[in-house]
Amino acid sequence: MLSIRNLRVTFGERPALNGIDLSLARGRTLGVVGESGSGKSVMALAVMGLLPRTARATGRIGFDGRDILTMPERDLCALRGNRIGMIFQEPMTALNPAMRIGAQIAEGLILHQGLSRRDARAKVMHLLDMVRIPRAAERIDSFPHELSGGQRQRVGIAIALALTPDLLIADEPTTALDVTVQAQILDILDDLVAELGIALMLISHDLGVIARIADDTLVLYRGTLIEQGPTERVLRRPGHDYTRTLLDALPPRVRATLRDAP
Amino acid sequence: MTQPLLQVSRLSRHFPLGQGMVRALDDVSLTLMPEQILGVVGESGSGKSTLARIVMGLDRPTSGSVRIAGRDIFALSPRHLRQARRDFQMVFQDPYGSLDPRHRVGRIIAEPLHLDTTAPKGRDRRDLVGRLLRDVGLDAADQDRFPHEFSGGQRQRIAIARALITKPRLLVADEATSALDLTVQKQILRLILDLRDEHGIGVLFITHNLGVVDQICDSVAVMKDGRIVESGPMRQVMDHPAEPYTRRLLEAEPRLDVIGRKVRPKPS
Repeated sequence: MLSIRNLRVTFGERPALNGIDLSLARGRTLGVVGESGSGKSVMALAVMGLLPRTARATGRIGFDGRDILTMPERDLCALRGNRIGMIFQEPMTALNPAMRIGAQIAEGLILHQGLSRRDARAKVMHLLDMVRIPRAAERIDSFPHELSGGQRQRVGIAIALALTPDLLIADEPTTALDVTVQAQILDILDDLVAELGIALMLISHDLGVIARIADDTLVLYRGTLIEQGPTERVLRRPGHDYTRTLLDALPPRVRATLRDAP
Repeated sequence: MTQPLLQVSRLSRHFPLGQGMVRALDDVSLTLMPEQILGVVGESGSGKSTLARIVMGLDRPTSGSVRIAGRDIFALSPRHLRQARRDFQMVFQDPYGSLDPRHRVGRIIAEPLHLDTTAPKGRDRRDLVGRLLRDVGLDAADQDRFPHEFSGGQRQRIAIARALITKPRLLVADEATSALDLTVQKQILRLILDLRDEHGIGVLFITHNLGVVDQICDSVAVMKDGRIVESGPMRQVMDHPAEPYTRRLLEAEPRLDVIGRKVRPKPS
């Protein structure tokens, strides 16, 4: 469904991505691991067709046969939300602090799908259930500041899911969360991939997060694709020193679990 | 017997909320010996940052006491508290928000000296700042640059150099590595261990991440809902947790032995 060929992005003279190739099918999760400055967020923006005007992109980002890089803005608008959803790192800043969460989730349903307020509200209840927000009927009229960080991130996921996208891009979705909440959010994302057949691009600097749910993993370093392959192979038999550096940076307790594996 | 560097006794901090109150800290006691690193682990809302603020004298407890090197910091006069402050310094989570972007690095690092009339000036101050920059793995000449010229990890090194300039005996690090890439986290943890060895400082290391505790702490206290639910030597708590909550935290850590969706069948 998503097929990127030789994607290069530069900001002025500065390259941000040097020739990325990847493909992602429905019902699969691709983990993109890289550190600050690796270009992983630039890649997410490129796929969303949201690169800033100062960026120059060449190559091809094929989405269901069409090239996102050459698509007119009007078509991109239809794609975003409807076909491609995005989940951001900071659920507090990504949400509108002055709007009840139910209304924020319903916004896309009313604007894009022309649902009535009443129908949209019923759908929102269903979405809140899907992202496992307890006591959804009480929560639907809450403001973002009344929710915990984990619940806010669930609202972020519900907004991304509202228009049943085929591709979800999650850029560091659990980085700001406690570990117990991180595990819950990753399980929710994983279930959505398995149950709805969504394709998920999970971007993180933490191999531990990627390992939990990604079928395939791609390693980025300073805009260059270092290696990609099945997650298990990349973790157990890294083909590049940089991947080994990332593995070495994991806390020893986490690294030890790799050795314990059957 | 050696005097504890930090002794927190029966510390409580209550905040009024509506008709009732929130017990942000509820009868917390802990002891940090000199040149030791004590990890305080907890999730959002556990009270760990309230604890850090009170230990730094930035907030007052509802009850209980904080002794640093034997002195009860809340019994000190404002003037004596100001003088005592050189003994304890803090490093914050956000390396972008904690350095004034308008000032050069040299001025930022020397900032804590402005209360100290006996502090070195001019050339001597420059030399001191240069030495500290080298201690934290940067270059002495970096003092003439601005914060925006540095990466997140380098900024955290600058924040640590600033904390060290008063030659503190206690460093309070509140999520000091949480905003950094893992490879950079590892370097900063290494630096903190080196500084402990070279400068003989004790560290109260506040974090939500057990993986970090495992790498640098001598002992650990696990906090939940304003209370310490479990504490002890680091290996004991990590390898043989007694409390269900500690076990839950440990189980939620990322693992690499269940890769991909192995636990659940995958749609073909």
